[in-house]
Amino acid sequence: MSASRKPTTMTTITGSQSVISSLEHEGVDLIFGIPGGAILPAYDPLYSSPIRHILARHEQGAGHMAAGYAWATGRVGVCVATSGPGATNLVTPLADALMDSVPMVAITGQVPTHAVGNDAFQEAYTVGITMPTTKHNYFVTDPDDIPTVIHQAFHLASSGRPGPVLVDLPKDVLNQETEWRPPQDLELPGYKPTLDGHPRRVREAVEMLAASRRPVLYVGGGIIKSEASEALTRFAEITNIPVVTTLMGRGAIPDSHPLCLGMPGMHGNYTAITSMQKCDVLAAFGVRFDDRVTGDPDHFAVDAKIIHADVDPAEIGKVRAADIPIVADARRVLTQMIEAWGDRPPVAGQQWLETIREWQTKYPLSYDQQPDGPIKPQFVIDELARVTGGDAILVAGVGQHQMWASQFWNFDRPRRWINSGGLGTMGFAVPAAIGAKAGMPDELVYAVDGDGCFQMTFQELIAAAAHQIPVKVAVFNNGAHGMVKQWQKLFYGGRLSASLLNAEMVDYVKLAEGMGCIGLRAESPEEVGPTLEKSLSIDDRPVVVEMVVDPDEMVFPMVPAGGSNDNVILGPEPGD
Amino acid sequence: MTVSALSHPPRHTLSLIVENRPGVLARVSSCLARRGFNIHSLAVGPTIDPGLSRITVVVESEKIEQVKKQLHKLINVIRIFELEPSKAVERETMLIRVATTPSARTEAIEVANIFKANVVDVGYNSLTFEVTGRPAKLNDLIELLRPFGVVELVKSGRIAIGRAAKSKPARIRAVG
Ligand SMILES: Cc1ncc(C[n+]2csc(CCOP(=O)(O)OP(=O)(O)O)c2C)c(N)n1
Ligand SMILES: [Mg+2]
Repeated sequence: MSASRKPTTMTTITGSQSVISSLEHEGVDLIFGIPGGAILPAYDPLYSSPIRHILARHEQGAGHMAAGYAWATGRVGVCVATSGPGATNLVTPLADALMDSVPMVAITGQVPTHAVGNDAFQEAYTVGITMPTTKHNYFVTDPDDIPTVIHQAFHLASSGRPGPVLVDLPKDVLNQETEWRPPQDLELPGYKPTLDGHPRRVREAVEMLAASRRPVLYVGGGIIKSEASEALTRFAEITNIPVVTTLMGRGAIPDSHPLCLGMPGMHGNYTAITSMQKCDVLAAFGVRFDDRVTGDPDHFAVDAKIIHADVDPAEIGKVRAADIPIVADARRVLTQMIEAWGDRPPVAGQQWLETIREWQTKYPLSYDQQPDGPIKPQFVIDELARVTGGDAILVAGVGQHQMWASQFWNFDRPRRWINSGGLGTMGFAVPAAIGAKAGMPDELVYAVDGDGCFQMTFQELIAAAAHQIPVKVAVFNNGAHGMVKQWQKLFYGGRLSASLLNAEMVDYVKLAEGMGCIGLRAESPEEVGPTLEKSLSIDDRPVVVEMVVDPDEMVFPMVPAGGSNDNVILGPEPGD
Repeated sequence: MTVSALSHPPRHTLSLIVENRPGVLARVSSCLARRGFNIHSLAVGPTIDPGLSRITVVVESEKIEQVKKQLHKLINVIRIFELEPSKAVERETMLIRVATTPSARTEAIEVANIFKANVVDVGYNSLTFEVTGRPAKLNDLIELLRPFGVVELVKSGRIAIGRAAKSKPARIRAVG
């Protein structure tokens, strides 16, 4: 018999081959993983499959790579791990993907069915452990179920509110004989996402907005996930309503658009925060009133009537009661809103827009880069935008650098900003950038990472070098868990308990070289531009650019955790 | 019963139709635990359709809409009904063992008879009753048997079914 991988209905194959054929059937061309005992059978047919496999260096890396791939391409990211420690190492990226609604499928090996429950070597109760960190998961006991289960997994991961789905496959199921049949009907009687907004609610929403004087559109990750950017921009334009874009929704409408107010929330800009506080109608699309946006919910936008559209009904009314709840996919409902708006004139709120312009002029984001002073991290973002012309997929870790990246980069399109929002997973940037670059090889992918984050997952750069995935990583070396240090300076009397990182010990250039990458370093402001330019000239391997930045810089504006968004701390005046 | 046990958030009876698959009960209870909703009682059993099971769960929560929405997100949960006590028949079965000297037996049985409780086991110094009824009725019986000394108590968890229409359903807009 030929070892053809072509799925046919008649050939007897192993469960493993059925898994690989099923992935091929779903159109998968790239997966990220690490083999091991229980999943080993599946790696054998993979060897001769056209699917490309990236060997991560830690399963957490494989998971975040799949997420980065999904973010950048809009397709389902796939990661693979063995049983026990392989599967438990996936827990963080699964939880991350669940929080940020990232479409992902994780395939894990499991000990043979007869050994399940006996504390067998490398046994962990993967389905139990990942129950609260996935949208859904499966434990497969019959190899004949594989095509349907994998088809369902992809459908669940990518439809409705996207999220991670895990498929756990015992080794004996992988080894048994089966036939590959095209996946059966979905048979998901408990899963029927509502995609179209209720027409009456849509009309009510349009009327409420048309009658408003100080409206704001509050949009987030749902716009990106549902490819609703065009509809959003059009709706904003025909209504002339300003838009705030959350950390997850940066790029939903171009930052250069006059109606885009940028990021609200704990480290949002004054205008975005205050426009929400003072608005009379807040129309929310694909957002979840996260505490990092609302601050103290009892003091959030107290005078506003709320229109809340989301594909996940559980988000509506969870934090803030909605006056007009709409369960719908963001793109569809915005399209419905455009239609329902018809040829009404734009909202009569010229005064509102003027007030907003005044705030923008009075309270811009700022920083003070002295020519002979230390490098300001915000300056690095500005310089990176300058040398790249803004034409890059920007990936961030978690901490101060993430906030500066989101604040100072001008996002002009969706899917050009990848970060860990909901879970705030340090170590996300390097592997997510690798996944994004693997999925979009023609794009420039630049990660902006903190030194603390970088030290959690930098080993994935070995995988990037080995697989010729030339990502670039700017490491913001402030010698600290900067965000922790900032809180300690502001709220704990400056007692820097366990937040310093022994910067003097680490040589990032040597570290990069030791991993098959190029290492560069900038230590003064005038070196920043040329160093970044140099990084752009290297395209045959990953580049690590160490930016030795001001260790004392803090992120402002800031609304302290749990505080009211009326009390924005603006930070020092330039020259202070 | 302690005071804190008496002051609980409002109880709601939810009737869930779920796919009859391994692990579904774990998903339901994990979802409730994860969201911080307290389970007062829980009963699971088959339905007439072998592919489906019914979970009757009494949840203590101020945010019952949120509870229902979160449970609905579980892929294996097909339907959820909230059963208003006034519009549902709610039942619970209880096995209760009370300490009884031979001379006190008749007295205990008399109390039990009022509640249509059956004697299911007799020991040298105990009697065990089985009783089915509305949750409030069972609690009344417990109170009345308490003076004898309750040795052991087992409750099934509440099950419930919505009340059927009492008149022929009128056709909507049948009358002008
Ligand atoms: C896995 C994980 N552990 C701990 C934290 C808490 N935390 C948030 S930001 C931060 C510091 C990040 O340091 P670094 O990567 O150097 O970024 P910086 O703030 O200095 O820019 C820490 C420890 C987290 N978000 N994730
Ligand atoms: Mg740092």
